[in-house]
Amino acid sequence: MLAVKDISFEVNKAEIFGLIGPDGAGKTTLFRILTTLLIADEGRATVNGLDVIKDYRRIRNSVGYMPGRFSLYQDLSIEENLSFFATVFGTTIKENYNLIKDIYQQIEPFKTRRAGKLSGGMKQKLALCCALIHKPDVLFLDEPTTGVDVVSRKEFWEMLKRLKAQGITILVSTPYMDEANLCDRIGLIQKGEILSIDTPGKIVQSFPEQLYAVKSANTFKLLHDVRSYANTKSCFAFGDALHVTFKEKKDEGILPYLHDKGHADVVMQPIPPSIEDCFIHLLKD
Amino acid sequence: MESVIKTEKLTKRFGHFIAANELTFDVNKGEIFGFLGANGAGKTTAMRMLCGLLKPSSGKATIAGFDVYTETEKIKRNIGYMSQRFSLYDNLTVTENIRFYAGIYGMRIKQIKTKTQELLKELQLEKEAKTLVSDLPLGWKQKLAFSVSVVHDPSIVFLDEPTGGVDPVTRRQFWDLIYFAADKGVTVFVTTHYMDEAEYCNRVSIMVDGVIAAMDSPAHLKQQFGYSNMEDVFYELARKAKRKGD
Amino acid sequence: MRQLIIFVKKEFLHVFRDRKTLLMLFGLPIAQIVLFGFALSTEIKNSKITIVDYSKDVVTTNLIQKIGASNYFNIERSLKSATDLQADFKKGISKMAVIFPENFGSDLIHTGKATVQVIADASDPNLATTITNYVTQIINDFNAQLSANSAQPMQIMAEIQMLYNPELRGAPNFVPGVMALVLMLVCTMMTSVAIVKEKELGTMEVLLVSPFKPIYIIISKLTPYLIISVMNLFIILFLSAVFLDLQVKGSLLLLVFGSILFILTSLSIGLYLSIGAKTQQAAMGLALMGMMLPTMLLTGFLFPIENMPIVMQWLSNAVPSRWYFLIIKKVMLKGLGFKAVWKEILILGSMSVFLFAISLRKFKIRLE
Repeated sequence: MLAVKDISFEVNKAEIFGLIGPDGAGKTTLFRILTTLLIADEGRATVNGLDVIKDYRRIRNSVGYMPGRFSLYQDLSIEENLSFFATVFGTTIKENYNLIKDIYQQIEPFKTRRAGKLSGGMKQKLALCCALIHKPDVLFLDEPTTGVDVVSRKEFWEMLKRLKAQGITILVSTPYMDEANLCDRIGLIQKGEILSIDTPGKIVQSFPEQLYAVKSANTFKLLHDVRSYANTKSCFAFGDALHVTFKEKKDEGILPYLHDKGHADVVMQPIPPSIEDCFIHLLKD
Repeated sequence: MESVIKTEKLTKRFGHFIAANELTFDVNKGEIFGFLGANGAGKTTAMRMLCGLLKPSSGKATIAGFDVYTETEKIKRNIGYMSQRFSLYDNLTVTENIRFYAGIYGMRIKQIKTKTQELLKELQLEKEAKTLVSDLPLGWKQKLAFSVSVVHDPSIVFLDEPTGGVDPVTRRQFWDLIYFAADKGVTVFVTTHYMDEAEYCNRVSIMVDGVIAAMDSPAHLKQQFGYSNMEDVFYELARKAKRKGD
Repeated sequence: MRQLIIFVKKEFLHVFRDRKTLLMLFGLPIAQIVLFGFALSTEIKNSKITIVDYSKDVVTTNLIQKIGASNYFNIERSLKSATDLQADFKKGISKMAVIFPENFGSDLIHTGKATVQVIADASDPNLATTITNYVTQIINDFNAQLSANSAQPMQIMAEIQMLYNPELRGAPNFVPGVMALVLMLVCTMMTSVAIVKEKELGTMEVLLVSPFKPIYIIISKLTPYLIISVMNLFIILFLSAVFLDLQVKGSLLLLVFGSILFILTSLSIGLYLSIGAKTQQAAMGLALMGMMLPTMLLTGFLFPIENMPIVMQWLSNAVPSRWYFLIIKKVMLKGLGFKAVWKEILILGSMSVFLFAISLRKFKIRLE
């Protein structure tokens, strides 16, 4: 089974690089190769100039890693987990406290509580602290926001921005397309292959056609009707609107067509595409 | 309009902790009802009570006309259920899974055979009929799981975060299936973390700290809170939550 | 009803598609029948015995021949004098000695009575009882033969002496067996589970991507069980002394040393098992199937090894608890010193070094 194929990319210092893609796309496999846990069959990779195969020990000493599941000791408390990882990395909590202070203060009131009894959001914050405790140059975060509530997710990205400001390079993976906009550059990945790498802005710019949002009272019926319209190139539901592209650049006929079909109050306007639109577009190829 | 789900002050307590607090709402036949809330808000508890899996501490509820206290077996026969964590048996084939669930839901042998063929055709899985589910891509698994959950034509289907982690195209194909079912008169009770999916629902309720903080159509909620999308509505309500998760 | 059938059918499908379970379900009964039917037996045959014949007359020669002809005994040694017997018993070369005093035959003819001395190694009381019964049976048969052919009644009596365990208590046999089993189980199973648990939870990943050297991971996993096992050892010894009146006759230090070696060997086995297992369940299953069964069957405390087919005797050489069992019996029950057990200690020592080395090599510093 091919997990990842022909992946080539670079991440710059103090950049937040997002690896965006659904489950099974190959994100975790890629992370494991970069953190030296798996050996690639072909190709090379370096982290901070160190080769992932030959210099794996030095890489392991200098990166921070937060794997997919919350890999903390469930039966140890917040405090115990943190001091364990500090010791493992040959440092103490005090030494780099100012780096994790913002995050740790949010969970500090619960510091004697066992990690297994924490909420998803708190576990995530603890895991981040443990990954940062030794002041790594590079941070690998594999789906840190999956399964976490909306509010905690937003807080988490704020924390990442502050870390970037301190010069830490962050490679983060996520299945949530909306989080793509919070990264400096992103790589869209699906079925083990990279579909596109660039800044969110440029990816959006590279969307080939003009995108329109079409709304009416009966979205489901609208979906069916727009899809059966001859000039429609693509049509996908996005919440209360449909995102549509056309084969011919200028389309005049769709509004009367829909009116005939019984839609009384169709609204259509051009809109800038989102990362999700781009992802879907790239998937079709 | 006929109510298929009716609750009145439905409550569940675990010791001193009130997981679900006096929930009162109705869901109509053929409606797509979005049941939203942050982790720890009480969604899972509420849903389990409605499926007859958890006995309420107090309050009333009827599902498809059956009482949740005394007629749980009848409820289970008339509903479908699909959860994100599990739905199909990985080491059984597509056909075996369909046949198994159809049988469990009480369908007769002849019916099972016809229904299986129908399903395979609908989902375009005829070639994969004898493939082990573990060898199917995630998106197909989810679609198959949904179809299996409605194989016995229930009046209501409960979907617990069915599209988690799935790629955007498959997600939408999944919702095509939901629309199709709703069109046929199946009531869909779905929880999701994707706010754009909230927009596909006829009505949506948002649970915060064990109570329903808001319930209406997405359009009305957006108007009420003054936002252009459901995500902002949700965020505003969730932000005030005191309970921070599981 | 139909639903029940469908569910059962599904369960069958699950079972038949899981090769490992299938192996156990069918393999185990077959293995058990083969083992218990052919290989393992509580019947005692071919026990090694020593004959000391001071008299060397017709009677003794005949009786000795009769004894030797029996399936139950293999006359391993014919000694000129009984002074070497002690050493033989200590080394475990012989399980029983039959000693004919001077003038045996003439005493028998003139007085109608003679006594043959039988000394048995009772550290395994069941064995000792059984073989002394056998030899007594043979002597009685011989008596009957003699009496039939002569006018006056002739009777040979056996004077039986049980060595090391005169009261024939079971404890001296099963306590060492229990010690071996307990230490083996705890060390092997708990160690492998502890390591696999880390893998299952995902914390192993985080530990690997850190400066923490893998060998330290291993040592820190093994250390608690080493200490706990030594504590268990002392508890068992204490309880045996107080409640079962079983003291350590030989050097306690030597016993502890041998035990620590055995513990280290078991820990290494646990380590080795953890490398292949992906789930804690698998680790426990491997430990039980892979170690407990051979330990119980091939250590020698339930079934005498000497009675097994040659193949199984060879196999038992690979089971560490077999050697440990010998050390315990020799030091604890027979009060022997280092010279008697150096071979077993060497073997255990080599096993633990070897296993630890290959486990260390195979320990995955990467995920697959």
